[in-house]
Amino acid sequence: MDITELTVHELQEKLKNKELTSYDITKAYVDRIEEKEKDVQAFVTTLENEALEKASKIEEERKSGEVGIFTGIPIGIKDNICTKGVKTTCSSKMLENFVSPYDATVVEKLNKERIINLGKLNMDEFAMGGSTEYSYFKKTRNPWDLNKVPGGSSGGSAAAVAANMVPWALGSDTGGSIRQPASFCGVVGLKPTYGLVSRYGLVAFASSLDQIGPITKDVYDSAMLLNIITGHDERDTTSRNIEKKDYTKALKNDVKGLKIGVPKEFFGEGINEEVKEKLEEAIETYKELGAEIEEFSLDIAKYSLATYYIIACAEASSNLGRFDGIRYGYRAKEFKDLKDLYRKSRSEGFGEEVKRRIILGTYVLSSGYYDAYYKKAQQVRTLVMNEFNKAFQKYDVILTPTSPTVAFDIGSKSNNPLEMYLADICTVSVNIAGLPGISVPCGVDKKGMPIGMQLIGNKFEEETILNAAYTFEQKIKFRENYKPTFRKGEK
Amino acid sequence: MAREDYEVVIGLEVHAELSTKTKIFCSCPTSFGASPNTHVCPICMAMPGTLPVLNEKVVEYAVRAGLATECTISQDSKNDRKNYFYPDLPKAYQISQYDKPLCEHGKIEIEPSTGRKAVGITRIHIEEDAGKLNHDDFGRGSLVDLNRAGVPLIEIVSEPDLRSSEEVDLYLRKLKSILEYIEVSDCKMQEGSLRADVNVSIRKKGAKEFGTRTEMKNMNSFRSITRAIEYEIDRQVDVIDNGGKIEQETLRWDEVSGKTFSMRDKEDAQDYRYFPDPDLVAIKLSDEYIENIKNTLPELPESRKQRYLTEYKLSEKDANIITSSKYLSDLFEGASKICNNPKAVNNWIISDISRILNETEMDPVEIPFDSKQLAKLVQLIDKGTISSSIAKKVLVEMFEHPRDPEDIIDEKGWVQISDEGAIKEVVLKVLENNPKSVEDYKAGKEKALGFLVGQAMKETRGKANPQMLNQMFKEELK
Amino acid sequence: MQVSKEELLHIAKLADLEINENEIDNYLANLEDILNFANIVNNAPVEGLDITIGANEAKNVFRKDEVKVFTDNESLLENAPDKDQNMFRIPKVIE
Repeated sequence: MDITELTVHELQEKLKNKELTSYDITKAYVDRIEEKEKDVQAFVTTLENEALEKASKIEEERKSGEVGIFTGIPIGIKDNICTKGVKTTCSSKMLENFVSPYDATVVEKLNKERIINLGKLNMDEFAMGGSTEYSYFKKTRNPWDLNKVPGGSSGGSAAAVAANMVPWALGSDTGGSIRQPASFCGVVGLKPTYGLVSRYGLVAFASSLDQIGPITKDVYDSAMLLNIITGHDERDTTSRNIEKKDYTKALKNDVKGLKIGVPKEFFGEGINEEVKEKLEEAIETYKELGAEIEEFSLDIAKYSLATYYIIACAEASSNLGRFDGIRYGYRAKEFKDLKDLYRKSRSEGFGEEVKRRIILGTYVLSSGYYDAYYKKAQQVRTLVMNEFNKAFQKYDVILTPTSPTVAFDIGSKSNNPLEMYLADICTVSVNIAGLPGISVPCGVDKKGMPIGMQLIGNKFEEETILNAAYTFEQKIKFRENYKPTFRKGEK
Repeated sequence: MAREDYEVVIGLEVHAELSTKTKIFCSCPTSFGASPNTHVCPICMAMPGTLPVLNEKVVEYAVRAGLATECTISQDSKNDRKNYFYPDLPKAYQISQYDKPLCEHGKIEIEPSTGRKAVGITRIHIEEDAGKLNHDDFGRGSLVDLNRAGVPLIEIVSEPDLRSSEEVDLYLRKLKSILEYIEVSDCKMQEGSLRADVNVSIRKKGAKEFGTRTEMKNMNSFRSITRAIEYEIDRQVDVIDNGGKIEQETLRWDEVSGKTFSMRDKEDAQDYRYFPDPDLVAIKLSDEYIENIKNTLPELPESRKQRYLTEYKLSEKDANIITSSKYLSDLFEGASKICNNPKAVNNWIISDISRILNETEMDPVEIPFDSKQLAKLVQLIDKGTISSSIAKKVLVEMFEHPRDPEDIIDEKGWVQISDEGAIKEVVLKVLENNPKSVEDYKAGKEKALGFLVGQAMKETRGKANPQMLNQMFKEELK
Repeated sequence: MQVSKEELLHIAKLADLEINENEIDNYLANLEDILNFANIVNNAPVEGLDITIGANEAKNVFRKDEVKVFTDNESLLENAPDKDQNMFRIPKVIE
């Protein structure tokens, strides 16, 4: 038995039956990381020794009494989620040596469940990018083809889950950063409703769009990890005070009568033909399963993308002001005065893409342009929300591709920012409207690269999309049919 | 043209520190004077990933201030970010309020020599204070202390309704007393908990357009503000009379030289890129909420003043002085109730206490004794335990080394001598030593008695009961 | 959307970023590209629509005025590049 092949709910079974110990599991993952990290490059920081030590300790506890259902299960955490005593770098030179003085709320929740942190996962610097190529430290590879990107910005998280280097992982999603890499790496990625998961301790990119979510091998694990990380947090005023749910209970393997809307604008120009084909197959599958499918018009995609970049960059330009080389983070070696210290530290500490977005964000907020860009974008945001509201009066779920393409070659887009931005066309409107969205694998293209389907739900209706995804997954059995090969495909 | 040909136009932006227990967006204490960076946490230090949560008391206090200045309370408000880089501002943005302040369109009435007038309040909004830069003793740079970062402030913006430094002074004192009365700020100016940005411009009398204004920031003494305004008016008149133009700029008032200096070059024109803070949700206050605060608002200075005129029969002038500060007013009412002698308490406050406050530039809030102790002082005189001249010395002592007046007179041995035997002894001694005065008195020179009493007081270091002395001398000299 | 070099440098200054002479053209080209694309928001049918600030409708979320002391004070200064007497040292600020 290869332990690292197992999902978390399978690991739980084996722990319960005493077939495995936490130590066995942790050790298997530590070995797997040892074996695969040189190819995949998913981690910024690995915590092999700490993890093994903790696993041994947990085994002692298990012998002496009752333990929780997640006790001793390992995890990987995206490196923009603060972990006390462990570096949190955001894959930036700016925070290369930064150690957070506190744990993010989600990390506290993991700790409370006695979940073991295997390490911090690579990402695009400050979560800005869609390929993880903008990490200051390393370029993460796609386990399905090492010459391709894993997607981003949670590329390390998605690649590590796909490569069985962690059983599951946390990512963050501002415009598709969980769903798109999940789609590229053939795993499940869920962006929860804005406000369902506390953002306290998530290094902010765009505060009104950011949300932490699970990246997992299957939908059941996604529901379980969501169970752990949700809950009202007084430290985040945008976190909603609603009753906690058990999302696994929603997984009924039944979509009969489910109303699925398919917005035709998301299947038009710019969407790769093979992606379209697989999505059409998925729609057929849903029909077979008894869902009611209807095509409709949701003419917001083109505005959403522009709106997304205006709002996200505006917020980012302000959120990233605190990185000034005074209290923490990179400080330039030479400077003549305070202004010089600021400018040099920030210019040397931030990468190109981050600076580009700060410039754009500063521009759209500056006097003279505020109304034409930022204010307009906020109005468009209302429009997008209204359109989704209308759609959800008719449908339970909206189905789209997660990304217009499969994973692309490393280096093929990194020099063209706008082209990279266009790859987010299917995912950003979900963040604009604050809705939940999940990406589940729906097949592979001719070259064997995974294709993801996105299911969008109404606010706080994670249960609906989880069940729809679960029912689909049970039907097509993607994990049984396809596995990453770690090959190096031709460029 | 002379200065009289110009009309002065002044508007104020006053920052008052709110007396909440904790900071505006985190639970750190706000108390003054802690050692550097000890009243801090990841939030006010702007550690990555932290988020602000608004202190409910800050909203309540701002609403109280708004109601006390007759503002309309906004039912649709929010927080905005004001972006700029400065080392005392750890997030590189200040959370403030831009286009939807909590309170708008209020007024404060003042009584300058030209007659009673209302000064418009444009708005009152909530925001956070910045940290403090200390200078390294060895000249190797500056040191950043973030204890103050995140202390809650309200900014009270006036209309450009003020026409002289006198009006500014009255407006500020009135505002300060209102804030003290409603207990939202202790207004300690020396600690910087009340400070003003002063905008000054001049225009030819009768002109409709405002002149170009200059701004003097962070002034925290009444004296400096008056001096700075006077200087700035003269400077502007001078510039214009010499054919020059006033530049819109920020000035720094230098107390030592008594001049203003330009602070920033124009090249550095700021663009704060205000936008709504996405980390905080909307503030939508209900009618009920506002009504509740209105109902718990304490009595304001104007109403107390009216009451003092009728209830205690104070003169208008005295009532004005006493109600100008909540602390003086509380001291007056408290002491009067205990000793039942409001006239005496009033006299002490108006004369000796006010004089000491003036001389030491002390704020009434810093008076180191309470109404019980003042009442005790009055009672000691009333009972004849001490003379009023001794009482003046006791009061000085109460300021300098605060303790109970009874302890002071005990320690100092200032108890009035009213014992007949003891007084007789002194009288006989004085008579023996001053035969000339005795003769004079007997020869009909009434004045000599005063001299003898004075000598006896000197002998007893002021402790002898003066009435008894008088009487006894008269008897002995019969 | 045409952005001038001066405008770019002004924006960079506001953001406290340094742009070297040899980077200017690249930044300008990218910025113009993105702004041209972003301009589409001005064609959106938003007449009469309110602005949306955040993605949820929560309001009046406040905290009680109760002191909680952050105990691990040391960790707050641990990351400082330069510190002295428990404060962050920076180049001299002339006021």
